[in-house]
Amino acid sequence: MDLNPSEEQQQLIDAFAAFYAKECPVERVRAAEPSGHDAELWASLRAMGALEMAVDEESGGWGASLLDMALVAEQHGRHLGPAPLIEGQVAAKVLARTGGDAAAETLGRALGDDHLVTIALHPPQGGVLSLVPGGSVADEVVFFDHGRLKCMAVAERGRPVPNTGSMPLADVAVDPAAVELVSGAEAEGLFESARDEWLVLMANALVGVGARSLELGVDYAKERRAFGVPIGSFQAVAHGLADAATAVEGSKLLAREAAWSASEDAARATELACLSCGFSAEAAREASYRSLHYHGGYGFMLEFDIQLYFRRAKAWPAVFGEPSSMYARGAAERLSAARTDG
Amino acid sequence: MTMDFRLGEGSDALRDEARRFLDEQLTDDLREQMHRTGVHHDWDFHKARVESGMLAPGWPVEYGGQGRDALEVLAMAEEFQTAGAPTYGGSTTLMVANVIRHMGTEEQKRLIVPQALSGEIIIVLGFTEPEAGSDVAAAQARAVRDGDEWVINGQKMFTTNAQEADYVFLLTRTNPEVAKHKGLTTFLVPLRQPGVEIQPVFTVSGERTNLTFYSDVRVDDSLRIGEVDGGWEVMTVGLTFERSLPQGGDSRRLLRAMERWALTSVDDAGRPKSEDADVRARLGRAAAEIEVSTLLARRCAWVQNSGTLPGVEGSMAKLFATEALTRQSADFMDMLGPDGIRADGDPAAVAHGIAEYLYRFALGTTTYGGTSEIQRNIIAQRVLGLPRG
Repeated sequence: MDLNPSEEQQQLIDAFAAFYAKECPVERVRAAEPSGHDAELWASLRAMGALEMAVDEESGGWGASLLDMALVAEQHGRHLGPAPLIEGQVAAKVLARTGGDAAAETLGRALGDDHLVTIALHPPQGGVLSLVPGGSVADEVVFFDHGRLKCMAVAERGRPVPNTGSMPLADVAVDPAAVELVSGAEAEGLFESARDEWLVLMANALVGVGARSLELGVDYAKERRAFGVPIGSFQAVAHGLADAATAVEGSKLLAREAAWSASEDAARATELACLSCGFSAEAAREASYRSLHYHGGYGFMLEFDIQLYFRRAKAWPAVFGEPSSMYARGAAERLSAARTDG
Repeated sequence: MTMDFRLGEGSDALRDEARRFLDEQLTDDLREQMHRTGVHHDWDFHKARVESGMLAPGWPVEYGGQGRDALEVLAMAEEFQTAGAPTYGGSTTLMVANVIRHMGTEEQKRLIVPQALSGEIIIVLGFTEPEAGSDVAAAQARAVRDGDEWVINGQKMFTTNAQEADYVFLLTRTNPEVAKHKGLTTFLVPLRQPGVEIQPVFTVSGERTNLTFYSDVRVDDSLRIGEVDGGWEVMTVGLTFERSLPQGGDSRRLLRAMERWALTSVDDAGRPKSEDADVRARLGRAAAEIEVSTLLARRCAWVQNSGTLPGVEGSMAKLFATEALTRQSADFMDMLGPDGIRADGDPAAVAHGIAEYLYRFALGTTTYGGTSEIQRNIIAQRVLGLPRG
């Protein structure tokens, strides 16, 4: 067992930490509200190779592992990156894996200039893809529909769905002319893998959201004085923060294990993807809620940054579903494995 | 070096050995005996552990151990905990033996350690008192010097396994005039002697513990551990040996039983429980928490393997795992519906009533070894750097 990142991984973490510190200070996050998209940040992320890293070398990328991508996602979460990084990476990854001309062409556009390809996390209902992440700024969307993996241009972009987390979401109508990439069991397998990858990367992003939320709360509790002492000396405050710190620390171990398992323990990869995202979502929500509450009335003011975290901790994972649905999915995996084992 | 969540081949091998051992030694009769008596120590089981190298594999070879590293030992301990094996007497014995190994005299090392590792004796802990729990340094049990001996008077609470044990590792007050941490001394007190009275105390989980009384009990100065008035330092060293404990084992046993129930039960409409979204969500939440408990505990052993003494990592693991067990046991009782309250002995109880048993058992886990509140204080101060209240 080794829980330390390798030297290369540490360099990756440091590089992206420095990148986000420079390109994504909290003022930029605020400036990108309510649309939730900072085109300049997205361009810088692309220039950093954040999209290319998701794709293997044969397809024009640099073939990073899901664990490497997870370490980047954690930094993205810490800084509340207003850009559809995770969706963009997952879409690129599934296109690269799909093969065929249509997928290769879309991938070529995604890796080219100024063309954003995202992925819908659920099949359409009533002809509409609901709450597509990055949907309000995407040029194309990959989606799964009746046993087919498809891709289509987003016809009417620009009208974002107002939402809790200031995300660039859109309800996108399915175009009958959508291109089929692949069908049958293969399509379903590709879509499910993509969803697992999204869950893993989101889990790690939420670790960053939770960790930074906690720092904001702890810093405030050390500075703010009431009854003549710092409020962090009150157990009613300290214990809530201690619980949150424990959950966030646990979520980090689990989210990294889930990312690691994608290449090292495939039998558990889906289970861990689901469980880790559910757990990270709850840990981040709890940390951001505690930290906001211990700010007292200030936590309720837009001016204080903790509210930015509080809203996203809840909203980011909700695009897939509530934590219970992730737990249920993880349990289904475990139950099916237990049934096979007898 | 690269990030790796595998424990390693040595751990896998020792885990397999532990499973084989438990299949053979943890019999239904032994489980029934533990349930009936509430005693979580069994001499035959304890001695079988020694013979199979399953008591102290982490100890150096010269003491009869195998020099296994912390992650290997943890893998074995995870199996024992998951199986619900009677290990408490062995654990307290090894902890005290470790204190003696590090702080004892040569004579104590020669006399006590071999007996402890060969399974001849067990040693229990005598820290907590009726008026001193979390504030352990407030202990009042008095030890007064009389020539080469000390005379002890006082009471200890939760002296679990005292009725089976040879010695109690006793925290006493030797100087009431100084600050409370500075007037404590620890002794290894033989329990089978006049003046020691052991009164059984039964707990809500059915586990038996004891209240022990000490009236003019005499102990030779050669059985003093550490310096006179140096008891707090001894305690501090002792507690560092408790930091790479397995966590989540009871939860894991519970989850497995609930998963089996889900796979073999149907609802009123004949639909398998394993397909019910609510059942799945409860099972998944527990599975996530158990993975976290396990990882937090493994991190302690990993830190120890890296050559650093784990500290606050152990507090996080213990806090999280025991609070999770408390939540899960209640949640699974709810999941089972009214049948959740059926206890062991009722043939209709699900998996011998494991959920309702752990619902009661979990209460102890958030208290002994430092309450959840004490762990939160430690985390708040040492991890988050918050000021002391």
